[in-house]
Amino acid sequence: MLEITHITKHFGGVFANRDISLCVEAQQIHALIGPNGAGKSTLIAQISGELKPDSGRIRFAQRDITHFTPERRNRLGMGRMFQTTALFNELSVLDNIRIPLLRSTARRYSISDWFYKAVESDSSIRKTALTMLEKLGLDHHPDQLVAALSHGEQRQLEMVMTLATSPGCLLLDEPMAGMSSEESARMIKLIRCLKNDHAILLVEHDMHAVFDLADTISVLVEGSIIASGTPDEIRRNAAVQAAYLGTR
Amino acid sequence: MKFPLKTSIILFVLMLLILGLLPFASIIGLNAFYLDLAIRLMIFAIAATGLNLILGYGGFISLGHAAFLLVGAYSVAIPNYYDIDNGWFHLGLAVVCSALFALLTGAVSLRTRGGSFIMITLAFAQMIYFLFVSMETFGGSDGISISFTSDFGLFNLGDTLYLYYFTFGMLLALSGLIYRLNRSRFGYVLTGSRLQPRRMHALGYSPFRFQLGAYVVSGTITGIAGFLLANFVQFISPEMMDWFRSAELIFMVALGGAATLSGPLFGAFSFVVLEHIMSEWTLYWHLPFGLFLIAIAVFSKGGLVKLLNHRSRRKPDA
Repeated sequence: MLEITHITKHFGGVFANRDISLCVEAQQIHALIGPNGAGKSTLIAQISGELKPDSGRIRFAQRDITHFTPERRNRLGMGRMFQTTALFNELSVLDNIRIPLLRSTARRYSISDWFYKAVESDSSIRKTALTMLEKLGLDHHPDQLVAALSHGEQRQLEMVMTLATSPGCLLLDEPMAGMSSEESARMIKLIRCLKNDHAILLVEHDMHAVFDLADTISVLVEGSIIASGTPDEIRRNAAVQAAYLGTR
Repeated sequence: MKFPLKTSIILFVLMLLILGLLPFASIIGLNAFYLDLAIRLMIFAIAATGLNLILGYGGFISLGHAAFLLVGAYSVAIPNYYDIDNGWFHLGLAVVCSALFALLTGAVSLRTRGGSFIMITLAFAQMIYFLFVSMETFGGSDGISISFTSDFGLFNLGDTLYLYYFTFGMLLALSGLIYRLNRSRFGYVLTGSRLQPRRMHALGYSPFRFQLGAYVVSGTITGIAGFLLANFVQFISPEMMDWFRSAELIFMVALGGAATLSGPLFGAFSFVVLEHIMSEWTLYWHLPFGLFLIAIAVFSKGGLVKLLNHRSRRKPDA
């Protein structure tokens, strides 16, 4: 579903990504691991369209999307969860879900819907938003400001927002970061469930979660992929142990 | 976006009621000067309402909104030169020209952010300013008198009472427009794009189109204020709408409370009234006035609206 071939990106003389190729299939979780500064975030930024690669191609949903804008990639079905929570803090929980829902169902709206009618009075949007929040147990205080939620709840809300435009492919940038063990257990359960109808690229530092969830793992060190394979193969790989797992 | 009944809303409605009834007070002996002061206040409130859309809701600090006042005012002045007094023509010209000017300059300037946006809007405003200064036919820097105020057939804006209620009606209608716009899908996307632009791209939105739309509406509203201003002062010169005026409009929005419905009216009210009181008190009124603005900026980042609602904000939201 998502195919990256020979991606290279450098900032000045520093190579952030060097000749990276990987593939994310439907109903599969491809995990990307590597120490800090390995170039994971740079790669995610290129896949989501915020950065343009110096060379290499990105294919998604049977199209070459290398030069597509982030919004066009989303419209093709790519959903991105941000590493640092990027929610609308000043707005309510419900409004945070309404904004993506307004986009994904935008085609049905008239001029009066766009410029005159209050979004709050749209009961179908409200219902859809509440159903989505309910799935993650966030429907207790839909009118609460996002800033008042706990960190774990904010990460979950981030996930609901990502899912709200109904993408077929998910880029999850450290979904478990800063979560309690209970919260990350719930997130792991959710991601496993999402695998049934999504292609997922997972960047995560929590090794327990990665080896638990991933079908394929690629290890990124200093901008290059040093190994790629099933969790068992990665666990046995001597180069990976030396470069990464052994140091933890 | 929740809009509970706050102190600011109550005061906003109260202020509109007083403004609506003020002309009746002049029948029983209120000095006509106060009607003039109220018209001036309402015209600036309209201009600030326009600016608030792009500055408050959109998050772009425009230092060039005086240009729209100029365009609106000269939409009355230039037809005047050719003896055209049709009010519909004046108003239509003001709306079309300021919308067009906003579309052209917005398409360029909205590609920048922060400091660059401030400078580029200022540059466009200066271009328009010197264009009018250089047009000797229409008075150039000496200005031009408006001999024929806008005539709408049934009424003429040369009459203070008609101008008063026309301005009042415009303030109501345009505030209502902003109110609806802010709660509509358009408003949600605009607010979202101010708060989290990266996120909006990742959700499939192109914020630029919405921001350009907001800029056009914003400029047009301020253009209408310019149209009213020309009818009010009946003599206009570019100096009356230089870049300093743009800064005053930003003051009004910040003073009242950016991204709030009532903020522009509160800001314009405080500005015009304080200016009046302090300038009667001392020749050097700019000093205490400046200190007041600093105090508001330091003690309440959200302007007067936030100050007014301070007590009600402490209540839990749920």
